[in-house]
Amino acid sequence: MKTRFVETLKNYGIILAFFLICLVLAILSPVFLTLNNIINIIRQTSIYGIMAVGMTFVILTGGIDLSVGSVLAVSGAICAGMLKAGSPIILVILVTLGVGVACGLATGLFVTKARITPFVVTLGMMSIARGLALIYTKGYPISGFSQSFRQIGGGYLAGIPIPIILFLVIVIIAYVILTQTKLGRYTYAIGGNEETVRLSGINSDFYKTLVYVISGFTAAFSALILTSRLNSAEPVAGNGYELDVIAAVVIGGASLNGGRGSVWGTFIGALLIGVINNGMNLLGISPYFQQVVKGLIIIGAVWLDQLRGKEE
Amino acid sequence: MEETLLLMKGISKSFPGVQALKSVDFDLRKGEVHALVGENGAGKSTLMKVLSGLYRADGGEIWLKGKKLTSRGIKAMIDAGVSIIYQELNLMRHLSVAENIFIGREPMRPGGLIDWSRMYADVRKLLEPFNVDLNPKTKIYMLSPAYQQVVEIAKALSLKSEILVMDEPTAPLTGNEVGKLFEIIRNLKNSGVSIIYISHRLEEIPQVADRVSILRDGEKILTRPLAELTTSEIIKHMVGRTLTEQYPKVPIPLGEEVLRVESLAKRGYCSDVSFSVRSGEIVGFTGLVGAGRTEIMQTIYGRLKKDAGRVYIEGREAHIRNTRDAVRKGIGLIPEERKRQGLVLGLSVLDNAALTILDRESLLGFLKQKKLKGLVGRMVEVMEIKTPAVRQLVKYLSGGNQQKVILAKWFLRNCKVYIFDEPTRGIDVGAKVEIYRLMQDLAKEGAGIIMVSSELPEVLNMSDRIEVVFGGRIVKEFRREEADSEKVMEYALGLHESESPQKLQGVGAES
Repeated sequence: MKTRFVETLKNYGIILAFFLICLVLAILSPVFLTLNNIINIIRQTSIYGIMAVGMTFVILTGGIDLSVGSVLAVSGAICAGMLKAGSPIILVILVTLGVGVACGLATGLFVTKARITPFVVTLGMMSIARGLALIYTKGYPISGFSQSFRQIGGGYLAGIPIPIILFLVIVIIAYVILTQTKLGRYTYAIGGNEETVRLSGINSDFYKTLVYVISGFTAAFSALILTSRLNSAEPVAGNGYELDVIAAVVIGGASLNGGRGSVWGTFIGALLIGVINNGMNLLGISPYFQQVVKGLIIIGAVWLDQLRGKEE
Repeated sequence: MEETLLLMKGISKSFPGVQALKSVDFDLRKGEVHALVGENGAGKSTLMKVLSGLYRADGGEIWLKGKKLTSRGIKAMIDAGVSIIYQELNLMRHLSVAENIFIGREPMRPGGLIDWSRMYADVRKLLEPFNVDLNPKTKIYMLSPAYQQVVEIAKALSLKSEILVMDEPTAPLTGNEVGKLFEIIRNLKNSGVSIIYISHRLEEIPQVADRVSILRDGEKILTRPLAELTTSEIIKHMVGRTLTEQYPKVPIPLGEEVLRVESLAKRGYCSDVSFSVRSGEIVGFTGLVGAGRTEIMQTIYGRLKKDAGRVYIEGREAHIRNTRDAVRKGIGLIPEERKRQGLVLGLSVLDNAALTILDRESLLGFLKQKKLKGLVGRMVEVMEIKTPAVRQLVKYLSGGNQQKVILAKWFLRNCKVYIFDEPTRGIDVGAKVEIYRLMQDLAKEGAGIIMVSSELPEVLNMSDRIEVVFGGRIVKEFRREEADSEKVMEYALGLHESESPQKLQGVGAES
């Protein structure tokens, strides 16, 4: 089966690129392959990796969510504010996640009910959520939390950093949803052909809204980890994260037209971005230049995707 | 006159799992219409895509005017004078007629501005021989398929094409529109254009074509002048067997009324639509393209929001506000546009066929994967869907098999009423018969069937009752035994309407 062969090649293509980059970095930097650095990479990856999992759902339906960085900021700010006010941690976690869900719900409803393109709605939400974060914090960071809350981002379980465990758990849950559930099938089908889905008697608007809720949820989830890890919530947190997040999904083989992609692809894509970020730091490349590189990577990944599309 | 314009020699092409073309020879003479026929999947489209430069053949040569072609990209073929008018028309819907025709070649004024007045004048000149009332400034989406086709042909001519490939050109057309198209084709022929004419409507081919080539399973069976072949001989060569019956209508006892529609109306589309369907019954809906048949069905189905009227299912009023309500109440719609409305091309046979039953076959959102695979697998067997595996992507299946996947999707759902909108359009003879059989299997099991169709023989032979639609209303109901093609056509054309017939959209409608 040639189709399956092409499929595998696509997946191996990323993995190949991944190992190639790792190899080059291992040669260029003696620090790169140390256990400490590897754990460091995965832990940093987990923040936007989790968001990339949510973004995978959105992109699979053919949508996009530009607001994830800002949603992270506003959820993180409210999380920090509540902690400072002495609310119990469980309540703080629930409310934080609730903020993300609410942002996603608002986005989803504007996309499906008002029929505005996701690009515009989430561009608007990007500004709205950022503004709310600034209003709530009055522009200042909120920092200094209890030891127990700081465990989320800084703690270990069986020697493994908790963010890494959370990241893996979320990837596995998403994998199960995408392959074993109705929601998963509908997500792919809507991205493939929404009209067909609607004419099959399926409430496609509901599922389309749901993917933005999922994206909002994962953004808030990352906000918990980031806030805990930094022991601080800043209104400018997550600025520009949408770039890394979307890049991870696209590098992972998802098509921006929807209908094609996988959460494992996103997982590898996120790690690849993490390795590149880390490598550039190790090699002492200026952060300004790093921005340029990342932009090129995004364009390159989409370009590759289109070349693959032509082969079919 | 006998000059060979195009020669394709030993063309081979294979795809994953299929040898689509096996060393096919094909030639086209100057000023001839050469029909290319074969069942779906026989290789007609593949051969034409090789000709257009879209596919690269694995083997073989193409000669144009005695010269062997070396470069074969799409652009090279256009430059060589080959134009293809695809089944799915390739026009930009939001641009005007003139913009579509001259896209990329707009006449310019000094200074780099588009010379609109010249462009419109050129288009008018180009359209003159077609004898149609078509404004160059009209946007494509406002035109009927017939007019869109004229635009495509005009565009090809403006490219100075000497070879025109027409893929199922009459599929979206009705009665006299077809006649008009044939007239256009004859004019083109007389002016020296050579045409490759692909069609499933075998009865039309003798009216336009000089020679015919028959493909079967990727091989060319024969090329002969049409005068030497009868239609039944053509069919025999196409399917490789004699077709016993083209319309296998079997008597099915009628049961209770399953669907009743009362005074249904949707502003701008249909008004005062009332009819009923009984269990086991096939009710044919016919009329001209644009008469509002599809819109009536979409209104019943909740795809369009109705302004007035009631729908009853098994005697109880069904409040249908969206497609989900319709499906829950037991209505299934097999839509007119397979690829755009019926399938998710990038998903597998399994995922497509299971789309309607995921809610039923899941527990707390988790799919019963094994059961789904079993159900779909059995459907694939029963319906004889030709696919290497249920995991095969539907985009790799032929048109007839794709249609069967859509049917499978609804069979699995077990509806009370099935609406078939143009169920056999673009499907080959063999698969058509199978679709009719499947349709009747559903009727036997007690479902009510609505069949919307522009093909009169199909409507006359398969329906128990025929509703003729004109101007968004049912203007006449025939019992099967009362109907014949002339009577039905008279009503479809609106000849029995007291008020002056509204201006119809489409080529030739003004005659």
